[in-house]
Amino acid sequence: MTSAEAPTAARGGPPRRRRAQRVPAALLVPALAGLLFLVLPLAGLVVRAPWASLPQRLTEPGALTALRLSVQTATVATLVCLLLGVPLAWLLARARFPGRRLVRALVTVPLVLPPVVGGVALLLVFGRRGLLGGWLDATFGFTLPFTTTGVVVAEAFVAMPFLVIAVEGALRGADTRYEEAAATLGAGRWTTFTHVTLPLVAPGVAAGAVLCWARALGEFGATITFAGNYPGVTQTMPLAVYQTIEGGDLDGAVVLSLVLLTVSVAILAGLRDKWITSA
Amino acid sequence: MGPRMVRATLAGLTALTLAGCGGGTGSSPGGSTSGSGVTGTVTVFAAASLTESFTRIGEDFEAANPGVTVRFNFAGSSALANQINQGAPADVFASAAPKNMQAVTDAGNGDGSPATFARNQLVIAVPRGNPKRIAALADLTRPGLKVALCAEQVPCGAAAARVLSAARVPLRPVTLEQDVKGALSKVKLGEVDAALVYRTDTRAAADDVDGVEFPESAGAVNDYPVVVLKNAPNRAGARAFVAYVRSDRGTAVLTGAGFQAP
Repeated sequence: MTSAEAPTAARGGPPRRRRAQRVPAALLVPALAGLLFLVLPLAGLVVRAPWASLPQRLTEPGALTALRLSVQTATVATLVCLLLGVPLAWLLARARFPGRRLVRALVTVPLVLPPVVGGVALLLVFGRRGLLGGWLDATFGFTLPFTTTGVVVAEAFVAMPFLVIAVEGALRGADTRYEEAAATLGAGRWTTFTHVTLPLVAPGVAAGAVLCWARALGEFGATITFAGNYPGVTQTMPLAVYQTIEGGDLDGAVVLSLVLLTVSVAILAGLRDKWITSA
Repeated sequence: MGPRMVRATLAGLTALTLAGCGGGTGSSPGGSTSGSGVTGTVTVFAAASLTESFTRIGEDFEAANPGVTVRFNFAGSSALANQINQGAPADVFASAAPKNMQAVTDAGNGDGSPATFARNQLVIAVPRGNPKRIAALADLTRPGLKVALCAEQVPCGAAAARVLSAARVPLRPVTLEQDVKGALSKVKLGEVDAALVYRTDTRAAADDVDGVEFPESAGAVNDYPVVVLKNAPNRAGARAFVAYVRSDRGTAVLTGAGFQAP
């Protein structure tokens, strides 16, 4: 998290030319160890995959249903997070109000909360007997647990902090002089936000959205606790993987994991090239 | 904000994401064992439905064998069988169904053949006082009623599927839970109106739930087998624990919890 209060961060300028230098071993060794640590488990999945039966397993309807549900819910959850999270990030970065530090700490709670606990907490609020859920049920006859909407709620709860932190960091790093100039020229705060601030931090918003989507796609604990597990309704890919392992079908679980991995990496790589590096 | 900063943010947050994705069941090898006699730590992997009775038996066993510590890993039988087959250092495996036990013995991880030490039967768990007045299996298909089942991969789910298909009750649950305690907790939380769980589970949660007996459950009685594991770090301790479970005192605890004697 960036907490620098300096309004102007160093920006732009001609790229400094660096002499080709040897990377210090004190950095290189742990860096490579870190890389290995992250990549080895993925290599394990690839090595262990039952390549011979792969085509047949991929076309099983259950796998595709779970994959579609995962991509759909993660996308909707990300949209919800954008809608609520960007204004929240703006509030944290630009507005001055008492208790701002506390609010920022609260926003990051879902990051440190075990997702299963998050799921229980969601049940206590949105469940049939929950604080709000009881009212929803009594008034509209609508309950969130065991519905696809419930999956979206669980994913958004867990993923939104990633978006808020990324966007807040971008806002803090952005040059506020453009906003000040817009204000002197008579633009209101809303106009300044939509016409100056938002375009300025668009790469940060994109990065945050990508992270948020990735986190939502991999969500397991809060989903299974809050939304339950039923194929086609609430069984996302991570839940399908877990249930397949439970059934003793390690090969099947590896295949599902690879599918999820491939799809998410492909989408992330595509978005990254399009948005993030073209700042 | 330049691309470099975005990338730095991404990298930092990705690290956070990964850190948040931990989980699994920690388990480490048992303490030192001294060749003969029973000492050290006995690590028991037991089905979730054995939580209360095995905790009790473990305490009794420790009291009868000073110097012995019993450690439990309670989870769905299939998850436990997976962990054992992947090399988890356990001494004893107690499964809620022969199928999951067979996964372990077929992989050559059992020491000797498993012994059945208890039987368990399904009941309908409903919130205390049975507000929806559920009296029979067929009541579960009533429109608007929310029912939780275990997934078919775990013993309680396999038993539920057997019972429902034998009775020709076309039940559409709202969720397939990964172990019996998951199904039970959905009843406790009031999120579902009923769940098919073991009789022992409703006894253990008698403050919150009632168990409704139904005759069809006799068609899907679960045998609970137990075995000493081949790679048991504490084999003497494991054998002593299994013998204790099967002794009169162990059986008394089990039947007191609602199990039937084998």
